[in-house]
Amino acid sequence: MYAALHASGNPELLLECARYFSPRIELTSADTVLLHIAGLENLFGSPRQIAEALANRAGIPLNVAVAADADAAVHAARGISGITVIPPGKEATTLAPLPLNLLPGSADAAEALHTWGIRTFGQLAALPPLGIAARLGEEGVHLQRLSRGEAGRQFRDLMDPVTFEERLELDYRVELLEPLSFLFSRMLNDLTQRLASRALAANEVHLELTLEAAAPHRCMLRLPVPMRDSAAFLKLLQLELSARPPGAPVLKIWLRLNPVPPRTQQHGLYIARAPEPEKLEITLARLSNFLGQENVGTPKLVDTHRPDSFRMTHFAALVTKVTEPPDHETPILRRFRPPKHAQVLVAAGRPAHITCMHLKGKVLDSSGPWQSSGDWWTREPWDHKEWDIALPDGAFYRLYEDCRTTRWFLEGNYD
Amino acid sequence: MSSTAAALRSSIEAIVQAKLGARFDVDFGFREKPEQELLPGNIPRGAFTEIYGPASSGRTTLMFSALAYLTRQPEFCAYVDAADTFCPRSAAEAGIHLPHLLWVRCSGNSEHALKAADLLLQGGGFGMLVLDLTGVALRDARRISLASWFRLRNAIEKTPTAFVVAEEQLNAASCSAKQIQCRASNPGIRPELLAGEL
Repeated sequence: MYAALHASGNPELLLECARYFSPRIELTSADTVLLHIAGLENLFGSPRQIAEALANRAGIPLNVAVAADADAAVHAARGISGITVIPPGKEATTLAPLPLNLLPGSADAAEALHTWGIRTFGQLAALPPLGIAARLGEEGVHLQRLSRGEAGRQFRDLMDPVTFEERLELDYRVELLEPLSFLFSRMLNDLTQRLASRALAANEVHLELTLEAAAPHRCMLRLPVPMRDSAAFLKLLQLELSARPPGAPVLKIWLRLNPVPPRTQQHGLYIARAPEPEKLEITLARLSNFLGQENVGTPKLVDTHRPDSFRMTHFAALVTKVTEPPDHETPILRRFRPPKHAQVLVAAGRPAHITCMHLKGKVLDSSGPWQSSGDWWTREPWDHKEWDIALPDGAFYRLYEDCRTTRWFLEGNYD
Repeated sequence: MSSTAAALRSSIEAIVQAKLGARFDVDFGFREKPEQELLPGNIPRGAFTEIYGPASSGRTTLMFSALAYLTRQPEFCAYVDAADTFCPRSAAEAGIHLPHLLWVRCSGNSEHALKAADLLLQGGGFGMLVLDLTGVALRDARRISLASWFRLRNAIEKTPTAFVVAEEQLNAASCSAKQIQCRASNPGIRPELLAGEL
């Protein structure tokens, strides 16, 4: 939502009034100021109450207009006296009586519209868009969208966008992680305080270390949820650097946090129990540190019949839609990774005796074979004949013959 | 058990009231411990459960039924797989909602598995944590010290997490609150049971 303030002759007063309410201000012209009012509802109430607060704060007669579209707010403030609140979707109706001279545009376009007898926003909005495009081109289409309050332009912030980055040039080279951590801690504290002052959080941490006689060491931590906890950032950086240390002493540090709106969560009695995102991220980083990143995560099934095909993805404690459970029961397989090579004696076309590492014995019962093959068009095709067998140790196993190599493997056991 | 506790409480209160008279309100702060919630397979929350038995005795089926129930609540669960034997497709077919499951693969290293379980328990927030030691050599499983099991038991107390250790033989001794033994019944192979993957 945007609010436009319009009063002739005193732009400084308008700016001062706008700054009192929001840090995001646009000086649209010498007599008009636009400000971003999203989030002010909690402080001032409804859009009308925000507009009234703005008018009271200014202390001089001025026009205030609130709208979801920036240009609609500006035109309403310039053309309608007092306070105007345009509900979303009512822009064209509200702007319809305004005179056309409020619209920006070339003299040629203005003259053409005047010649056609078009005098108000509403008359221009009612014209067929294709006809406008054919006669006035791109400018005409833009003017018509302005008259309908649908221009949807970008907000031009008066101040440069705030960046959350810190640079530090070291007096002496640093070789150990511990002294680096002290510096990181200081920089992260400053950055998170700046984030907090603007009610923001970060979803990415970028680090670049300039090294002595080596290429810069860069790393980026992507967080599953926006965070603002400097201790958590520090721990994640420490774990990342201990897992992948820079290869040379450090001369300079550059650290940047990517600002995003903070996570909002409605707590309730019936919300699913879940690990705290900050704690979970540190735990996952610690686990990845000694087990490897590829060994920690959530398995995602791949759409193929290839045995044991899945993909590991990052685990995030986000509730997803639960699908219907399968309506049939299947025995649960525990896989041997990699499958164990076995020597199998075949009698009457069925496995009769097996020798495999610590397993050796007669096959008491068997069921199969089930043929499974695929990926023949790739470099890694598979072609298996699978058997389910019972061995004297009382366990059931899945055995397969690789038809391409005629070798036998134990794939796993049922449990 | 609850009626016995209530009777004991009322008798003690009556004796003290009789000795001290009506000047004091006697309240010992006795609170009956609420019944522990049991998950499928009679696995209690906030306690350390050992599930043990030989291969094909149904240990994994028992754990998966509890995991399927919890991940569909929805709660988040963690599976620390010491010997890397977890099959995601079997898990999905058993009804486990995989996006709510954290799988930690330890490639046969039981020390890493213990460390991972400890970290996850300290972090908290999981509905169930499984430490799967089946497939780990028996001598490695026996080498885990009692102090480690005690540490895990203490970490799980007063939390709503169910901590389950699956293994071939009991290892944690008195540290576990419940032991569930699985036995193979040797039903023989039926074609409709082992349908195979096509």
